[in-house]
Amino acid sequence: MTHVVTANRLIDGIVVFQDEAGGWSEDFARAAVHDDAAAALARAGEDVAASLVVDPYAVEVELRNGHYAPKALREAIRATGPTVRRDLGKQAEGLAPIAAVHAPTEKSHVSL
Amino acid sequence: MYRYDEFDAAFVAARVGQFRDQVGRRLAGELTEEQFRPHRLMNGLYLQLHSYMLRIAVPYGTLSARQMRKLADIARKYDRGYGHFTTRQNLQFNWPALKDVPDILAELASVEMHAIQTSGNCIRNVTADHYAGVAADELADPRPFAEILRQWSSLHPEFSFLPRKFKIAVNGAPHDRTVIQAHDIGLQIVRNDQGELGFAVYVGGGLGRTPFIGHKVRDFLPQRDLLAYAEAILRVYNLEGRRDNKFKARIKILLHEKGIEALRDAIEAEFSARGAASLELPGEEVARIAAYFAPPPLAPRAATNDRVERRRGKDTQFAKFFASNVVAHKVPGYAIVTVSLKPIGGVPGDASADQMDAVADLAEDYSHDELRVSHEQNLILPYVAVDDLAAVYDRLASVGLATPNAGLISDIIACPGLDYCALATARSIPVAQRLSERFGDGARARAIGPLKIKISGCINACGHHHVGHIGILGLERAGEETYQITLGGSGDENASIGQIIGPGFSSEAVVGAVETIVDTYMARRNGPAETFLDAYRRLGPAPFKEALYNRNAGADI
Repeated sequence: MTHVVTANRLIDGIVVFQDEAGGWSEDFARAAVHDDAAAALARAGEDVAASLVVDPYAVEVELRNGHYAPKALREAIRATGPTVRRDLGKQAEGLAPIAAVHAPTEKSHVSL
Repeated sequence: MYRYDEFDAAFVAARVGQFRDQVGRRLAGELTEEQFRPHRLMNGLYLQLHSYMLRIAVPYGTLSARQMRKLADIARKYDRGYGHFTTRQNLQFNWPALKDVPDILAELASVEMHAIQTSGNCIRNVTADHYAGVAADELADPRPFAEILRQWSSLHPEFSFLPRKFKIAVNGAPHDRTVIQAHDIGLQIVRNDQGELGFAVYVGGGLGRTPFIGHKVRDFLPQRDLLAYAEAILRVYNLEGRRDNKFKARIKILLHEKGIEALRDAIEAEFSARGAASLELPGEEVARIAAYFAPPPLAPRAATNDRVERRRGKDTQFAKFFASNVVAHKVPGYAIVTVSLKPIGGVPGDASADQMDAVADLAEDYSHDELRVSHEQNLILPYVAVDDLAAVYDRLASVGLATPNAGLISDIIACPGLDYCALATARSIPVAQRLSERFGDGARARAIGPLKIKISGCINACGHHHVGHIGILGLERAGEETYQITLGGSGDENASIGQIIGPGFSSEAVVGAVETIVDTYMARRNGPAETFLDAYRRLGPAPFKEALYNRNAGADI
């Protein structure tokens, strides 16, 4: 199973992903993908101790059409923004995973 | 409205200063998250799915125009231009930055607001009837008692570390618009044989994963004993409530495990032992607080207005609004207007900063500077002259707030669900949106009549699904959103917990399932006067089950 490591930035709560250099990015596309996230989580723990981020954890991701995306709906929404407000969150800034989630409507209901 | 005295102002200002210091130390790394978390929760600040979330108390749902404008300002300056009104009559901002929260709290304090005790294991914001003080059927305004309870419970040293959160609601009319029987303590204002006002006291109601309707422990509690009796209940709970398992820590579980007789005996014994006189609520103090809530001088006016009547005759949208969003006032010639935050296809309870400003202006111009937040996630203008109804309607319509659906099937309660909430297991808002698009606010919704749909995105039941006539609970099963339907719940004076009707439905199928339920009701009701709830209570679940599971090919059986 492949994972990325995520957390919330302490100062503003924004969702961030750990990149290859061990820094934190708001952009899911910059997240480092690990077969084993243990070392990355340990590194994240140092950033918790340094009061940079809070609540880090590993998110399972999978390849969809050649792009990684979170497997669980909860994590897809967290990495994207509210499905009912496409103008808010990472999706509004072009920072969401490419296989984004959709808000179903009565006229165009999209199955997830 | 209540106005802060010097003590209140100093107390709230001191708390802002404390939290500013705590945030500073957290950002500087002097406090760990474990050390800081209780402090931020005590100030209503959660960490949610996308960001922090700040829950601001609106005591008993009453706001001035100035306060609403401040909320709009904060939404623009510190958040993303909108806020979310909740089933606890509070307001939540979904995107505040931790570094800004002390400034937000200082701005709130400047208009006599705060976020204290909107989270944590303490006595939460006390809720009340959103028609308090203006309802035609009211015995007494519940807000003075809610305010007295607020003052008594704020930072109460004995009750700041309860086994779990504790919710109190006060209702002043025979018709319960406050869902008192789903609260830890529900207070119903009643009159005894001597004509004195007091309270029927309910204890142990609650929703969440283990729903219970409250039990009445007192038919009549004299007004003077309100605090002493509340203290006795809290003491028994604080001592005997479980602290080993947070899911079994509410007073409803204590009641369930101990039994109502034993719990009532323990409360009465504590009440007697302490001596009611030690915490007697003086009549003068009640009168002093009640004076803040005295109604504005309203000269009786003609009950109807020719222009309004002509408009009703020729403008069907206005006529629909008048029929569903305008309620009789206790003073002739005035009306209570519901500002629906349930636009068809919209997000229940959300209001933009511009909409907040518009409602604040309307409150100032037409409603004696006052408005209310309802637990049904709408806003209320409580003092509108009948003569002004058309003008108020036109201004609401100009900002998208004149949806004529109060109390109808599209006036849906929905929690934020998985779109925002870290605890949610499924989305709530998209289901509400699709249901409101399906049923609308026109002829079909009006033919269906009063019907309350309530949706929660997890078993914590913030969307009150257990007391929805039709309740929807979103769950996750094998990675998919699944929706369980309950029928026959009610949050009024004849409260009941809805019954699970059968296996859940997929996101695709749940709207069709609700439609099947509604169609079954329409086919089986004894005429339009029999509401959905009445019909369900007469018919029982069988015809609905049969319609859902024997004929609905879309059901995931």
